[in-house]
Amino acid sequence: MTTRALPGLVAFAGGALISLGLMLSGMTVPAKVIGFLDIAGEWDPTLLFVMGGAVAVFAIGWRASRRLRAPAFASAFPQLPERIDRRLLLGALLFGAGWGLAGYCPGPALVSLGAGVEGAVVFVTAMVAGMYLHQLVRTAA
Amino acid sequence: MDHLLALAGGALIGGGAAALYLLSGRIAGVSGILGGALVPRAGDTGWRLVFLAGLIGGGSIGALVAPQAFGAPRGSALLLIAAGLLVGFGTRLGNGCTSGHGVCGVGRLSLRSLAATAVFVAAGMVTTFIVRQVVTS
Repeated sequence: MTTRALPGLVAFAGGALISLGLMLSGMTVPAKVIGFLDIAGEWDPTLLFVMGGAVAVFAIGWRASRRLRAPAFASAFPQLPERIDRRLLLGALLFGAGWGLAGYCPGPALVSLGAGVEGAVVFVTAMVAGMYLHQLVRTAA
Repeated sequence: MDHLLALAGGALIGGGAAALYLLSGRIAGVSGILGGALVPRAGDTGWRLVFLAGLIGGGSIGALVAPQAFGAPRGSALLLIAAGLLVGFGTRLGNGCTSGHGVCGVGRLSLRSLAATAVFVAAGMVTTFIVRQVVTS
């Protein structure tokens, strides 16, 4: 295998691992997600365990990265934005509202699309349209 | 048992995200990766498509092996369209979703991502509460 193929393999494996994790943890069952968000109902803490496991493992990777000069297959680690502004907060607000309505966030929705779940096809189509809409608004502004 | 599976599944998600960051220097934010693939730029599209192939293809295999791992989303087609539009627009405006802000951002204790996560979880809870009132009344 050429070294050029390695970054692609990393991206594929990353996507596949996240996919497996989402299915294994129950996040492709929207009722579990809604059960977490529904604090007035019979509260389902599943999502908290998923986030706990994911955050803990990523945090270890993040700490390890700080001792490296660069990623294995890239010239440098990215500079990530730190600004808290209206765009960030309004975007999070709209996203949260949609998440609470359907019980899908982008990851589980795409995994469910691959599984052929009917509602996921509708949701992902609208989600892609929403992303294009944002692109239109942004280029118009 | 369910909680253990949730923890283990979460660890896989964090592992996939950590691998992508350590090896390629990319943040595994699903909305950002998809959004970037929709507006192609030279040299920055291939890895996104490959990542999405792993994510979506994983679901296809999952449906064959364990169809019980999937459930239907809530609501009519109209509600799903509204929800999808909100999620698509909102995640692009706010630069991230549950994976980018919630997992990667919180994992590196970024105040920006902690703020975004607090807002989208709160918004999700308020929306769910309102939907509950409408449905039960």
